[in-house]
Amino acid sequence: MSLILLIEQVLNGLQLGVMLFLMAAGLTLVFGVMGLINLAHGSLYMIGAFAAAAVAGATGSFLLALVAALAAAAAAGAIVELVVIRRLYDRDHLDQVLATFALILIFSEGTRYIFGSFPLYLSIPDYLSGPVSLPGGIQYPLYRLTLIGIGLAVAVGLFLLISRTRLGVQIRAGEADREMVAALGVDISKLYTIVFALGAALAGLAGALVGTIQSVQVGMGEPVLILAFVVIVIGGIGSIKGALIGALLVGLTDTLGGVLLPELFKLFMDASSASSTGSALASMLIYLLMAAVLFWKPKGLFGGAA
Amino acid sequence: MMRERHLNLILLAGLLAIPVWAWITDEPFTITLATRVAILALAGVGLNIALGLGGLVSLGHAAFFGIGGYAMGILASHAQNYDPIFTTPFLFEGTKSMPVIWLTAIVMGGIAALLIGLISLRTSGVYFIMITLAFGQMFYFFSISWPAYGGEDGLSIWVRNGFPGLNTLDPIQFFALCFVLLLLALGLHWTLARSGFGLALNAARQSEARVEAAGLTPFRLRLVAFVISGMVTALAGALFADLNRFVSPTMFAWQMSGEIMVFIILGGVARLCGPVAGAALFITLEHWLGGVSDYWHVFLGALLLLVVLFARGGLIGALVKKEPAHD
Amino acid sequence: MTEPVLETRGITKHFGALVASDAVSLDLHAGEIHAVIGPNGAGKSTLIAQICGALTPDAGTVHLEGQDVTALSTAERAEAGIARTFQISSLAMEDTVLQNTMLGALGAAGKRPSLFRPILRDRALRALAEAALEQVGLAERRAVRVADLSHGQRRQLEVAVALAQAPKAFVMDEPMAGLGTSGTHDLTALLDGLRTQAPILLVEHDMDAVFALADRISVLVYGRIIATGSVEDIRRDSAVRDAYLGDAA
Repeated sequence: MSLILLIEQVLNGLQLGVMLFLMAAGLTLVFGVMGLINLAHGSLYMIGAFAAAAVAGATGSFLLALVAALAAAAAAGAIVELVVIRRLYDRDHLDQVLATFALILIFSEGTRYIFGSFPLYLSIPDYLSGPVSLPGGIQYPLYRLTLIGIGLAVAVGLFLLISRTRLGVQIRAGEADREMVAALGVDISKLYTIVFALGAALAGLAGALVGTIQSVQVGMGEPVLILAFVVIVIGGIGSIKGALIGALLVGLTDTLGGVLLPELFKLFMDASSASSTGSALASMLIYLLMAAVLFWKPKGLFGGAA
Repeated sequence: MMRERHLNLILLAGLLAIPVWAWITDEPFTITLATRVAILALAGVGLNIALGLGGLVSLGHAAFFGIGGYAMGILASHAQNYDPIFTTPFLFEGTKSMPVIWLTAIVMGGIAALLIGLISLRTSGVYFIMITLAFGQMFYFFSISWPAYGGEDGLSIWVRNGFPGLNTLDPIQFFALCFVLLLLALGLHWTLARSGFGLALNAARQSEARVEAAGLTPFRLRLVAFVISGMVTALAGALFADLNRFVSPTMFAWQMSGEIMVFIILGGVARLCGPVAGAALFITLEHWLGGVSDYWHVFLGALLLLVVLFARGGLIGALVKKEPAHD
Repeated sequence: MTEPVLETRGITKHFGALVASDAVSLDLHAGEIHAVIGPNGAGKSTLIAQICGALTPDAGTVHLEGQDVTALSTAERAEAGIARTFQISSLAMEDTVLQNTMLGALGAAGKRPSLFRPILRDRALRALAEAALEQVGLAERRAVRVADLSHGQRRQLEVAVALAQAPKAFVMDEPMAGLGTSGTHDLTALLDGLRTQAPILLVEHDMDAVFALADRISVLVYGRIIATGSVEDIRRDSAVRDAYLGDAA
């Protein structure tokens, strides 16, 4: 395998990683501040993708599509928070799991009812399509490079938001002590709605961005949701830094494992069984990574730190 | 209002009477529906041992359900192709015998639960939920990418496996087998709940510190419960595969884990027959609402949401008065 | 002098710059109640956690009947014979009084609980649990759920669970917490009779109870024991008066 191919795969891994970060950041914020496990986060990702596909189809504008994805997911998040989620904060995790599982069923079937069962396609705008030349003669799709850029920009923005702004202070206080926030005179229920909508918007953005390289269809959110859980478990629940590191680790492990393991097995197996054994094992790799991290650090790499 | 014990008897009698009536009136489809209820309830009883007694919110029980399914699929497919599973170091052939398949499913389910439990039970709360969900997904992706046993397409078994002395192709006889296994599993749950182990496990759910201070190790209690739970659910998986004569990665899907949990919640958490009531309600809804609308999951979701938000005791909780956990 | 039943030898625990336990050496002899008193933040909870196994000391050892138990887990120490009660009642709230007490008896049995035998039919364990309930005066309430008990009854049940463990030593963390006058009076009488069954290391805020019960008192301030002695010794000790008792004595 050539070095160029390897670098390409590293970039692919980074791209998957930053998209996972967009999902995981919202999940981990919602858990850190409200103590809620939200299975329906994948539905918000799906809503973002469908909103983008619908608007792109109607207007032809990719930027408008992204705006629509952010707005639709944030709105759906806020509504769900107001109607259902806020009744769950002081419930046990079992109730949270079941209620948000119910939300998945409602969102998935509702979307299927509106858009049908066939996948939609979002196309990459002309100004972002095609490859770019990177140093060393590597040709890499501009769009994927843009995704990496957007993901990293959002990560920086989120760090600034949490460390520099009033909202960030309230979020950090909320992670430390809920009663204290209320005592400080912060409107806690408004804060919760904002945090939830923010997480939803990030998920919706991820859905729209990924929707252009995969198809937009019902059920697209849950595999990503579960990967995001793996990310959070590795990084430590409630930690944005952990979510970023975990997301990059998972993205790189999954992508590189899928390429490198079959190559590795080819050293001592015939080609076809090497590729099947290799890819079967590669599919388990991130879970084994998770198991290994948990074995050493049951609270994740950055667990305990807010 | 009635006593839970009486309601349990009514539930089980109903689950027995409906297929018997269908057998008399020659409606094999109803028998198959009842068989589905019995098998899914069995999977739920398995989860209920971890969830109801131990408070372990496992969102990865599809792993055990699927392992049971594949235990059946792999053994039976090798047997129907007259192709041994391996020949070295000893000859290991497939089989079409249900007892052997069940035993294999139980053992494999137990081993998987032991390994998953050893890692995931070191954590608790949300971590435990996410980790069990992730491990379930690991099996799902593995089954898709492992081509030897059908990959994404799954495995079909041409003829239902056999049980000595019975004709398992006869729906009512296969139902009887599943029903008896369900009763045995319920008996196991009931026995565990009344035992010293069950007392300690149930106490560890409520106050971990107290159980430790009494000289018992919550981790060990939970691991044992998790393994037993995985075994029962794996057995249900083997039966489910035999009912459909088909096994595929969807048995490992996270939705399956969610559904097994939904049976328990619809019926009532920590209730002995909660999974029976829940599975019966689920299949009934699927059958009726599925006929009314292709989008019946919306109604299921709404019902589930209402139960969680407003009727936490589930079906059994709504019908019986409060009693001590076990007297 | 005979060997102490329970003993700490120079246990020290730091949390960052804070010294929560500073070379604490304590001993508990057969037949006595040894009270540990001290102001809030003196390190009493940390001390109990190290004796019972929830925390491992940075230095020093814990001994039960001469055996070093410092490396044992909470559960193993309980099995070895240390029974504790909690400052905030830690009981299985959904279970009955008898079930909670059986849990203690199950620990006393020192073997893995059976998966299949109905626990309430185990005559030996049941006798242990019933005797403990009888002794604390909860026998009449055996079938009541803990959630339906009064606060005072829960404090009694805490003691009953520990008693059912048939321990070599009791470690009690503020058993009087939250009790009114009559509740404190009843529990004082109960503990008074208990010392002959197993000695009690008693951490308590209620000074009347401590002075009524203790054979010896140790005073813990900023993680250090500043005095140990009889009730009279402690009342008279000027360092103790300055550091802590002040107007209380």
